[in-house]
Amino acid sequence: MSTPADAALDLRPGEAPAVTPAPRRRRFSRRAREAGLGYLLLLPAFVIFGVFVFYPFLRNFYLGFFSTPPFPGQPKNYVGLDQYRDVLSSSDFLDSLKTTITFAIITVPVGIALGILLAVLAHQKLRGIGIYRTFFSSTVATSIAVAAVIFGTLLSPQVGLLQGIQTEPSILQNPDPIVDISLPVIRSFIPSVSLVAVAVTTIWQNLGLSFILMSAGLQAVPDELQEAAEIDGAGPWSRFWRVTLPLLSPTIFFAFVVGSIFAFQAFGQIDLLTPRGGPLKTTNVLVYFIYDQLQFAKNDGKAAVLALALFGVTLLLTLVQFRFLERRVSYER
Amino acid sequence: MGRVAVKGVTKRFADVTAVDHFTLEVADEEFLVLLGPSGCGKSTALRMIAGLEEPTEGTIEIGDRTVNDIEAKDRDVAMVFQSYALYPHMTVRRNVEFPLKSRKVPKPERDRLVEETTKMLGLEGLLERKPAQLSGGQRQRVALARAIVRRPQAFLMDEPLSNLDAKLRVQTRAELVELRRRLGATIVYVTHDQVEAMTMGDRIAILDQGVLQQVGPPQDVYARPANLFVARFIGNPPMNTVAGDVSRVDGTVGVQIPGGVIELPGTLGSAVERRGLEHVVLGVRPEDLILGEGSPVRATVSVIESLGHERHVICRLEDGQLIIVRQAANVPLPVEASEVGLTVDASRLHVFDAVSEQRVDA
Amino acid sequence: MSVEPIALRGTELSGKAGTEVEATRPGKRGRRIRILGRYLLLTVLAFIVLFPIYITIVNSLLLPSQIASKSPTIFPTSPQWHTYADAWSDGHLARYLANSAVVTVFVTIGQLAIATCAGYAFAFLQFPFRRTLFILFLTTLMIPFEITIITNLSTVNTLGWYDSYQGLIVPLLATGALGFGAFLMRQAFLQIPKDLQDAAKLDGYGHLRFLTRVAVPLVRPTMAALAVFSFLAAWNQYLWPLLVTKDDRLRTVQIGLKQLRATNIDQVNVTFAGTVIAFIPLVILLLIFQKQLVRGLTAGAVKG
Repeated sequence: MSTPADAALDLRPGEAPAVTPAPRRRRFSRRAREAGLGYLLLLPAFVIFGVFVFYPFLRNFYLGFFSTPPFPGQPKNYVGLDQYRDVLSSSDFLDSLKTTITFAIITVPVGIALGILLAVLAHQKLRGIGIYRTFFSSTVATSIAVAAVIFGTLLSPQVGLLQGIQTEPSILQNPDPIVDISLPVIRSFIPSVSLVAVAVTTIWQNLGLSFILMSAGLQAVPDELQEAAEIDGAGPWSRFWRVTLPLLSPTIFFAFVVGSIFAFQAFGQIDLLTPRGGPLKTTNVLVYFIYDQLQFAKNDGKAAVLALALFGVTLLLTLVQFRFLERRVSYER
Repeated sequence: MGRVAVKGVTKRFADVTAVDHFTLEVADEEFLVLLGPSGCGKSTALRMIAGLEEPTEGTIEIGDRTVNDIEAKDRDVAMVFQSYALYPHMTVRRNVEFPLKSRKVPKPERDRLVEETTKMLGLEGLLERKPAQLSGGQRQRVALARAIVRRPQAFLMDEPLSNLDAKLRVQTRAELVELRRRLGATIVYVTHDQVEAMTMGDRIAILDQGVLQQVGPPQDVYARPANLFVARFIGNPPMNTVAGDVSRVDGTVGVQIPGGVIELPGTLGSAVERRGLEHVVLGVRPEDLILGEGSPVRATVSVIESLGHERHVICRLEDGQLIIVRQAANVPLPVEASEVGLTVDASRLHVFDAVSEQRVDA
Repeated sequence: MSVEPIALRGTELSGKAGTEVEATRPGKRGRRIRILGRYLLLTVLAFIVLFPIYITIVNSLLLPSQIASKSPTIFPTSPQWHTYADAWSDGHLARYLANSAVVTVFVTIGQLAIATCAGYAFAFLQFPFRRTLFILFLTTLMIPFEITIITNLSTVNTLGWYDSYQGLIVPLLATGALGFGAFLMRQAFLQIPKDLQDAAKLDGYGHLRFLTRVAVPLVRPTMAALAVFSFLAAWNQYLWPLLVTKDDRLRTVQIGLKQLRATNIDQVNVTFAGTVIAFIPLVILLLIFQKQLVRGLTAGAVKG
């Protein structure tokens, strides 16, 4: 007769009901029914998470212990932590890691800065500003494939804008770094032209979303504060730095954290623009490396280790950001 | 020096006229209150003085300059917003310092001014707190401090007390008046609360739907309202107004209202006659009515509200209109539902033209 | 408050105090110039942002020779409309778009439903381990999808879902938008004023009725924003559809574009046409839902 769904809302559990009807026999207490409903509602989510997230996550550790032999059909051997050690210390991996980090360093801050610029400019009270807002957010409608195709051709010397400028077959084939620096450590972080091309594509594609996000954050800055600042004598630039930006910092922080996570997982545009990781593997970010191992080298074990490395790096970066960046966020409370 | 003048200022938004040919001069060191119901245009007028809105027509002068084309930040006025508009991410000290920093005042002088101002407002000890950690009253003082710190020519205040609870409001009102005396400042103060207007202003300017209704010292506005709107707006409980027809009996001019005829004193009567008015509205303040026996106007007692020190006796005229009479508490209590007579001192009568709603003066 | 009178007027502020700064702008004309300048800046930026799209549309209507020539053509004088027909039929775009649509719609609806239920449970219901489970939810945001693909592939194989719609859709339900979505929905539900809850309780509403009749209608903006994110993420999925399908039958439009480009190396204009076709559905959706997106974002995500 009474199912959890019929349970009257007991929003202050533990409180005795004000009016006690004649006590009826109930098989389960109200508390239990509420808990039951709670678990029921969470069930689909947890089934999905369990099967497709947690289980694979744990199994990854396990897979990393087995090295896959080069020839199909042969059983895997258990090599324990050796595989972890080998892969994580290989130069392939370290290069890939550097590429990934470089990529993130380029795309995330630039994307956010441009988003802020556009959002602030589109926040003015001008007639017809709505059109500009639509324009600025339009890249949200481009998917990575679309962006990749567009830029792939745009930057191709055969048919694109840079005709006659490049002499090599394709700008995207150029592994030379843009700037020549002698310091070896820094040198290894200087992006190749290909990586920059992929980065530009990514930044452009994300521009719409960044704009929308920053616009939303800007709306949380009350107009009155700008007016007060104006009366207090602050010019537009001063108002931006001392009033707008600090109040925008929670949004910026959010964008940084989420943006980096996504930058680390960027895959589509790399596959489309620079298949197989680009010339000399200059665009071989970790995700791509994993895919490469899975699809072409058929090396499950190695892929598993790399995947865990990716997770570790992402987690580490997020924690670092929380520790260092969050301090500079000026919350209202 | 610190005078503010508004000349023929009109502000139109799309098809709405928020302020209509508004002309007013605020003298140096005067406390002028812009009073009116919500939407009457007072805030818009204030914002135009501040430079946050541009007038569609008319000029605005601050000091001896016409400031229409001068940006808000260069007008040398300070504004206190209804919501205080404190910078939430800055400490009290930085909030107060902000206007000085924006004008590149050198540090030693900045610090001195901040210290003086915060001391004046009792904010020492709170300097390192952020607005979210302050009470409503404290935030309001910070807003005031920020406005005062740069010693502007004029202060503009937009309903600064409306977010405070009743007790705090009374207290802050007194403090503001005191502060103003010490600062010798010109203040343009916007409010919808007539008690604030009456107690604080040197002069009150009343607006309705963008049009200035009357401007004058509180006593004048109270004793001689220029039209029906002002008459009904000022005074609590509000003035009783009854419409009636002009009648003449034996050479005396009177007004026929439900329940009787009220005679108009000689000069007032002649004024009415001179204008050839046939329909007028009579106004009497509740404290100017007396309940008696043999009076020309009959009414029935409906509700008696006892407020401790005084009484509001609400009566009904023949046709059901309500009349409020104010009595002291020591006068004998009227009987509910009994018939009474209403007497009024003729010198306390207000007469308004029923059509134009303007006051008729003797 | 101290009681000494303070001489205010005439206190000159030293330095560049703005006491007697004369008009800084030369009147009405100056104002107009500044406004024009702002429009100019906005237009230039809009142009830069839109330029790639514009070029693509233009190029889709040119001949390959025009595209490849050294002097760029800004406007197509004889538009090659056939490229669109070609892209559509040869590029199997209809099939790809349909697949993308199916997958995206199902994933969006699925994530929305699951996230709403979970968010509701976390917001209004009490049960043991509630807090632990919520934190568990949030950790899923950290786990990148790439980690799971290896095992998911074999799981999908075991279930016999390889190269099927289920194989495409169900694992995608677990992607980022779900954990984040549950978080967003919980926040949104928590914003519902307690008065409403109490009134419903007095009216005898059970949880299910409260959820459907009261709670959900109130959080519609957040749901809309979530739906948009979910949609975008699902539409943009690349890696998983690539891995779990083996031929064109089920491929989505993202991968389809890659195919298109490969088979049309010399017919670049056709590739561009295909790109424009792939672009249009989302543009339409953006135009319709632009406001909701911003509103939903302001409601939830911005609070960090």
